[in-house]
Amino acid sequence: MSLEQFKDRNVGTQNYTMLDLGESPKTGWGKFKQVAKRSVKLELFTGLKVTFREMIKALFMGEMHTTKYPFEKLPIAPRYRAIHEMKRLLESGHYRCIGCGLCEKICIADCIRMDTRYDENQRKEVSEYTINFGRCIFCGYCAEVCPELAIVHGGRYENASEQRASFALFEDMLTPLDQLTQQKEYPGFGAVSPDADKKIKKTPLAY
Amino acid sequence: MSKKEITIRIDGVECRTTEGEYILNAARANGIFIPAICYLTRCSPTLACRICLVEADGKRVYSCNAKAKEGMEVVTSTEEILEERRAIMEVYDVNHPLQCGVCDQHGECELQNYTLELAVDFQHYAIADTMREVKDWSTVLHYDAGLCIVCERCVTVCKDMIGDNALKTGPRGGSALDKAYKETMPKDAYAMWNKLQKSIIVPSNGTEHTNCSDCGECTAVCPVGALTERDFVYKANPWELKEIPATCAHCSSGCHLYYETRFASIDNHEEMIFRVKNEWNFQSLCGAGRFGYDFENRDVTKDEAAFAKAVEALKKAETVRFPAMISNEEALMLQRLKEERGVKLVNPEVRPFQRFLQAYAKASGRSLYGSDFKEIMKEADFVVSVGAALRNDNPNARYAFNSVQKMNKGAGIYFHPVGDTLVPTFGKSVECITHKPGQEESALYLVLDLFADKESLPDYLREYLAGFHETRTRTVKEKVMKEIVEVVKDEESGEEKEVKKKVPEMVEKEVEYDHNLLAESLGVDPVAFSESFEKMMKKKESFALIVGEDLYGHPQWENLARLVALVEKHCGMMTAMIPPKSNALGVALICELVDEASGYTVGYNQPGDFRLSALGDGDLDMPAMNQQEGTMTTMDKRVVPTNAALEYGGYELNDLMNALGLGKRLTIDWTLELPAEKGFQAVAFDDLKDGFLNDGTEIRGYALTPIKGRASTAKAKEASDEVLEGEIAYRCNPQRQFNDFTDRAHQIFEAFALYASPAKAEELGEKVEVVFEKGSLTLEVVADERMEGEIVAVPDFKADRDVYGLFGESRYANVTIKKV
Repeated sequence: MSLEQFKDRNVGTQNYTMLDLGESPKTGWGKFKQVAKRSVKLELFTGLKVTFREMIKALFMGEMHTTKYPFEKLPIAPRYRAIHEMKRLLESGHYRCIGCGLCEKICIADCIRMDTRYDENQRKEVSEYTINFGRCIFCGYCAEVCPELAIVHGGRYENASEQRASFALFEDMLTPLDQLTQQKEYPGFGAVSPDADKKIKKTPLAY
Repeated sequence: MSKKEITIRIDGVECRTTEGEYILNAARANGIFIPAICYLTRCSPTLACRICLVEADGKRVYSCNAKAKEGMEVVTSTEEILEERRAIMEVYDVNHPLQCGVCDQHGECELQNYTLELAVDFQHYAIADTMREVKDWSTVLHYDAGLCIVCERCVTVCKDMIGDNALKTGPRGGSALDKAYKETMPKDAYAMWNKLQKSIIVPSNGTEHTNCSDCGECTAVCPVGALTERDFVYKANPWELKEIPATCAHCSSGCHLYYETRFASIDNHEEMIFRVKNEWNFQSLCGAGRFGYDFENRDVTKDEAAFAKAVEALKKAETVRFPAMISNEEALMLQRLKEERGVKLVNPEVRPFQRFLQAYAKASGRSLYGSDFKEIMKEADFVVSVGAALRNDNPNARYAFNSVQKMNKGAGIYFHPVGDTLVPTFGKSVECITHKPGQEESALYLVLDLFADKESLPDYLREYLAGFHETRTRTVKEKVMKEIVEVVKDEESGEEKEVKKKVPEMVEKEVEYDHNLLAESLGVDPVAFSESFEKMMKKKESFALIVGEDLYGHPQWENLARLVALVEKHCGMMTAMIPPKSNALGVALICELVDEASGYTVGYNQPGDFRLSALGDGDLDMPAMNQQEGTMTTMDKRVVPTNAALEYGGYELNDLMNALGLGKRLTIDWTLELPAEKGFQAVAFDDLKDGFLNDGTEIRGYALTPIKGRASTAKAKEASDEVLEGEIAYRCNPQRQFNDFTDRAHQIFEAFALYASPAKAEELGEKVEVVFEKGSLTLEVVADERMEGEIVAVPDFKADRDVYGLFGESRYANVTIKKV
């Protein structure tokens, strides 16, 4: 399925065909006459014919329209805001999160918390990071505010769990190291615009 | 020293200020904003940042060091000034690491604020960066030189306020500025950059580590994230922390501070104090206040069995023993317990002070000492300290003494038996008189002799003091110009001529001088002293006396109290006493204490047969001071509120009082009932204000009203000649320790040990047994580089070691020290 139909959001300008349904009967007698007329004309079989045709197509001609969820899943929009992902730096594999706490601050559901510390390399280490998905409203502010594009929304929308307050820890959301090469950038809120380079004024450096 | 009130106009707004006040201070006091990075309200101008540039009467001046004159017209920003300021901020941003996201100052950073305020959106200048390393200066100080903008606030506050002088600017090793900038850049921005590019902050002792009292005031004043507390680095962001205004409970300064709390971590949702902040423009903290915050009594639940036992214990108690670290409300509860159930109240920390204060009140006719430390810091230009170990006893007394030297160009005399190498560095005109323990009376007599208006003194005193003066002669060497006649032969004409010539010659001469026997008895050379005293007295107008704890427990305390009253009356000196521990003044006013405990004793944070304890080791848990609300009485004679920063789940003293039928609904309901006859006011706790006004006026709580009575006319006794000789121990805590609670804090490391001067420590070895009359203590020996002389210091901050019992009332005791 191509993405074109998702991207076209201009509802109303597509080619809709208006049906000529005629006037609906208003009196009781009129309604009775319509029912009697349609029964005599065997309109019922016209409808059954369509059903039968589609059944044949689906069963024998491979044109089944039902998605067998959860064995099959429909692709979702890249900007869909589902369970968060924490990205890694492609070069080093180190997590991108710098522990600045902006997501924690901006979160309107107050569901993000992080522990940071001063590590041996004189850097700020994120020792633990957690999102309480029982409270998260998937507004996308955290991804938007993140200066490092470290926290983004992924496509995992299945949140059913045994308890309401399910939560995820840093490890759960981080791109697994062996899948680093498949890590994709998120084009949604907070992503760098394609013409970002043109908009930036470079700071003069003496070296 | 009342200064003339004048009126100036800043941006058209009329401002009242005093003559000689800096324009910037006048603006700040009147709520007008002038940007400034390097200036601190109570310190001297540094002139490092230069962005406080204003136009005064059409001339460009730096508002931090230009004094206000009557009728002055000040314009805070013109187009030119704005351009200059923007250039300065651009320079500060050059090579400043773009790591705001992880910086600890992020969100309260003045560099961020001013960069935005002045709308810096482009950088016109560049220079190659220099490698600057991150350093840990001490057990608590963390310096990230990369973030430093060299505003020198840390250097200034350490010198002018704290007095440690532990920091200075050192070479940065940066490359020189491009000459072309000199023409193209605004003048001040270039000058500022030129200086910035050359310097960085380093410890002033030339090593990698500071040798200071670890007060952390430098970290508080740092506008950027360069100087932080080691423990706080990268732990939490400032904006997540909840500020709880409170009063520091450790010493009698009762400093205003904010406990900053947040949930402890992802695993632990309990609130925890992460750090302490203060209003550094108006109040400086010490190391105990800043780092001694985590002394709360954690994980306490209501233990009903223990509570029932505690009620029983209080019912049969004959004595309640408690420390000075207690709120006014709790002290009042205990006093009520005394009134209703007749228990004896014992407080070895406060009792001598209470007696002394009462004796002083009798002699002076006023229930409280006349001045306070804030006033001394602001007004005095000559300060005398008697009987206080300035460095250890009370940080604010020390800051006041230091600030008088630095800011008021003052002088000071420090009377104390324990030699100190720090006090003389406070200023050029500081005279340290290391007398013998027991000579405090002579010290006060010397003060009377030096400063009193002799006419107003009673006859017997005038005669007594005159007895110490002898006219003696001494030989001085004097340079005399002597005239000699020489015969000179003119070589050309061969003529001989007599030429008169003046030649200097040293002549010994007998002169008469006034020999001061009092000064001599205190161990100073009277001749040298009178000479230096004459110099110290030049241009001095307002005098102050600081009275310390040594006097309260002195065998002659009654006479000393009388002498203090006499000094205050006849020398016109602002007099302030240092209450020995936390809320000693409040306890002294509220409670009727007795000297000796007897029978069944309930100890509140003190040893006893039944122990109520906020340290978590007693028979019933109590809340620590950071888990309580209530009021404290500070040494500045104010009753100030403090709030609970952390949760507490157990019982408190008011619950016990309720069980005894004496309680109130809440602890703070007692605030209204603090005794008015002792100077307290009937103000409800919730009506007490907290904080400072823009001009630094303290609006915390209310000031105690001194109660006036009739001054007694009892004569002061002559100085006794009893002095302590031999091996002497002095009851004195290391700098950041005051009580069991400071000891509990994880960032305070000073040990319960014997402190001695380096020479003495070497002589004593590693571990010693100090034998007192009534017992002994085995202590490790720690060399205190700033102590001098033979006297050793024994700390008293651990209540269970009963150091008060060993020493008795006096702070000095004869001991035998054995090596172990």
